[in-house]
Amino acid sequence: MENHPWIPSLTRDQVEKLLRVMGVGDIGELFNDIPASIKLTRKKWEKLEIGFGRPISEIEAKRILHGKLSKNTTLKTPPFMGGGVYPHYVPPLVKYIISRGEFLTAYTPYQAEISQGLMQAIFEYQSLMAELLEMDVVNASMYDWGSAAAEAVLMSLRVNKGRTRVILPANMNPYHRRVVESYTWPHGVKIVYAPFNRETGGVDVEELKKLVDEETAGVYLQYPNFFGVVEADAKAIGEVAHEKGALFITGVYPIALGLLKSPGELGADIAVGEGQPLGLGLNYGGPYLGIFATRFDMNLVRQMPGRIIGLAESHRGERGFAMILQTREQYIRREKATSNICTNEALMAIAAAVYLSMLGKNGLVKLAEINYYRAHYAWAKMRQAGLKVDLFKWDFFNEFPVSFNEQGVKYSFIHEKLLERGIHGGLYIGDHYPELGETALFAFTEVHFKEDIDLLVESLTEITRRG
Amino acid sequence: MRTYRQANWSEPLIFELGSPGRLGITLPELEDEVKKVVGGVKIPESIKRVKPPSLPELSEVEVTRHFTNLTQMAYGVDNGPVPLGSCTMKFNPRIAWDLSFNSGVDQLHPLQDERTVQGLLEVMYELQQWLANIVGMDVCTLHPAAGAHGELTGVLVIRKYHELKGQLDRKKEIVIPDSAHGTNPASAAMAGFKVIEVPSGSDGNVDYEALKSVVGESTAGLMITNPNTLGLFEERILEIAELLHKYDALLYYDGANLNGIMGYTRPGDMGFDIAHINIHKTFSSPHGGGGPGSGPVCVKNRFVDREKGIYLSDLLPGYIVVYDEEKGIYRLKGPGPHSIGLLKSFFANTIPLLWAYVYIAIMGPQGLRKVTEHCVLITNYFAKLMNGVRGYDIPYGKGRFRKHEVVLSAKPMADEVGVTAEDVAKGLLDAGFYAPTIYFPLIVKEALMTEFTETETPENVERYVERLKEISKIAYENPSKPKEWPVNTSVGRLDIVKANHPKYVAPTWRVYMKRLKGELK
Repeated sequence: MENHPWIPSLTRDQVEKLLRVMGVGDIGELFNDIPASIKLTRKKWEKLEIGFGRPISEIEAKRILHGKLSKNTTLKTPPFMGGGVYPHYVPPLVKYIISRGEFLTAYTPYQAEISQGLMQAIFEYQSLMAELLEMDVVNASMYDWGSAAAEAVLMSLRVNKGRTRVILPANMNPYHRRVVESYTWPHGVKIVYAPFNRETGGVDVEELKKLVDEETAGVYLQYPNFFGVVEADAKAIGEVAHEKGALFITGVYPIALGLLKSPGELGADIAVGEGQPLGLGLNYGGPYLGIFATRFDMNLVRQMPGRIIGLAESHRGERGFAMILQTREQYIRREKATSNICTNEALMAIAAAVYLSMLGKNGLVKLAEINYYRAHYAWAKMRQAGLKVDLFKWDFFNEFPVSFNEQGVKYSFIHEKLLERGIHGGLYIGDHYPELGETALFAFTEVHFKEDIDLLVESLTEITRRG
Repeated sequence: MRTYRQANWSEPLIFELGSPGRLGITLPELEDEVKKVVGGVKIPESIKRVKPPSLPELSEVEVTRHFTNLTQMAYGVDNGPVPLGSCTMKFNPRIAWDLSFNSGVDQLHPLQDERTVQGLLEVMYELQQWLANIVGMDVCTLHPAAGAHGELTGVLVIRKYHELKGQLDRKKEIVIPDSAHGTNPASAAMAGFKVIEVPSGSDGNVDYEALKSVVGESTAGLMITNPNTLGLFEERILEIAELLHKYDALLYYDGANLNGIMGYTRPGDMGFDIAHINIHKTFSSPHGGGGPGSGPVCVKNRFVDREKGIYLSDLLPGYIVVYDEEKGIYRLKGPGPHSIGLLKSFFANTIPLLWAYVYIAIMGPQGLRKVTEHCVLITNYFAKLMNGVRGYDIPYGKGRFRKHEVVLSAKPMADEVGVTAEDVAKGLLDAGFYAPTIYFPLIVKEALMTEFTETETPENVERYVERLKEISKIAYENPSKPKEWPVNTSVGRLDIVKANHPKYVAPTWRVYMKRLKGELK
């Protein structure tokens, strides 16, 4: 290798010049401090299975990757699947802005004066999200909803120091629940699961009252919950938490907030959620955007995890932006920091800011309505077709469970038959909720048009009839 | 000398733009049949939003211009050198952007049937193997979303290891060198451990005698990076590993500095049990102004419990791609009974991982070794040029070659004329360069931690040195001058104290407006 587009000093001329200036014979001398017993020879290293055993060109890389990715199945419609992340539209403008090199290739803005545009964009994300949530303080992002929920639970334990119980609803997203369990496991936290009402699908306030006590640091509520149900008693649940001095933590699906009351209005102390629906794409697991917000109460703000950009002024009196409240963070406080988070999902936060700016107040409400209507259309059509869709009484946002218990078939059979037709059905939830049996959660968004839904319902009808 | 002037658009906040009724996107109208069947929104009043959120209303034209203007007041590797130490801000090749951003994964749901994502899983499976070989480990999970997330994974694995061995009641401490990244002690604390700090010797290595005096029965593990944050290779790493293993403590490798040794040695060969990798450092995925990153964690296939057949890899969190030979398909293996569970909701940060796949494929093992050689070459070239420049010093490990980074100290300048590392940093911004990491590692006073990476041109390194010399000259001639810097950036030096003052602090527009209206308690 005597040159490479990504290593400018690789040429023979440059190597010779640099070594001469340094008074070094060859590059190998720079590695003489590595003990011989653990030093790799070039030969041994090059024999390891790394890449394709030799450098390749861009053209080859493109051909190889396209070849492999073509083995993914092309579906007739976007998957009818949610469960925390959803197939939503990604506007090209969002992708364009986050692909601009000044944002894409920047580091965390440690040098504020040369990074004002980046910091303003992140501040605007925080501010737009604050309006959507009606919460005052929003951080620059967490990894995703699950990790944000986990950090919120840990924060409630710091705020309510000495308390050791946390109440989670049994109808929260089971994937988030596992993340909370992993994060809290070392800290001797007692996690208590509040049951949901089998009729309404929502958390049972009376049952919850029995669980919340003076040892409870926080009460978490997800709305819409894992079943898509809107949690009509959300406000009362917050009051139950507050009566015992526990923090009220809500987990939200941001697009649903076009139609549902905000965490702020419900009296939440901490709000978390998933920014993925806001123009990020499904990305097969990430990158996503963990939303994290709290009230403007310094007892809470000082315990917040993650980076925060704030308004600032230069010494010349210009408006600017700076990282604020940094004494909470790991690089200053080390083991006493509120969290270990450093690299976050800043670019995804900017993507969400661009998308929220495009939607504006009316666009967001309209988008929420499209999601609501499409899902309710599917619900009505499935019901007409004789499928069991009314598992719960309370209204839902854009997803709902469908039970196949009455048909006497396993959902895996239905799923298989749908897949044969190029359709990806809902998420099987019987393993998380055995009491619901052969049940799957179906989600509908603005990318599922009437014809897609009709195709799904027709297919389900045929499959179950033949069953 | 080239001059620099950053754009200054005085760009209003998004809330100060737009006009009521404007929309920045076309949305589909609901089909008549859909409207008819549904009838209306039936959400109960108790949870129904009455007032729409106070979001600004802009056309797409305005949104595009606004964010374009903002990008012009930002600075990344595409603009010039970003020699932030320990951040490995290398060039982010656009072929990898194309093949990851436009790969179609934005359409793939993390819970969809494995059989429908075989192509992607094959790629992720290969990447797992490649990364394992690069660090000399046996099994990797791609699950963690960032370096610190990988660290948390690692220390939780250490905790689980001792729990399964029934010795968690005494294994309560994680030992960490004083030169370590701040995330190390923060991660150890999040996993419920007590942090024991060990000092560095004047040669820049961990003080082995001091280490020996703190390692014992209560030691659960050691977190260390090698090369360390001074850019120096820990020469006694094998003895360190032996010492820790004697007490059944595990060795954790912080992969932030992997760029300095690739192809020359591997954490697995040094005796480490667990290692994380920073995809967004070593393997060229862009940092995105703070993230996303990706922090795969790899482990040795050592036993936790031989009788029960539990391996260290069984403790890993998240999803690992495995190949099912019988069925001939790739599968996602979820957390088993001994796993620490999930650390994020779903699989992994797939886009940065695809980026890394393309990067490693194009480089091949030969290219990766050259990456390391040239980042080390560039670092030592810079150190050589800075040797003896008035006002700066290179403390620790005198006469030793650095690896991926070198830490300068502006202490002489600060002591003699009061010009600090921060002032030097602002002087660099004025010349159109990003500054090094300043005031870190904590053991170096007035630190300027500098990592150019292999992607920087020697010409730029020389220009950088010229500017550092010029700054020194100005500092000694007119020490008040540097306090006025920067002047060529979109704003002047910011008042951080005021920005944090309780009477001013404004983390959002909402708080700012509430304060203006006197609505803030």
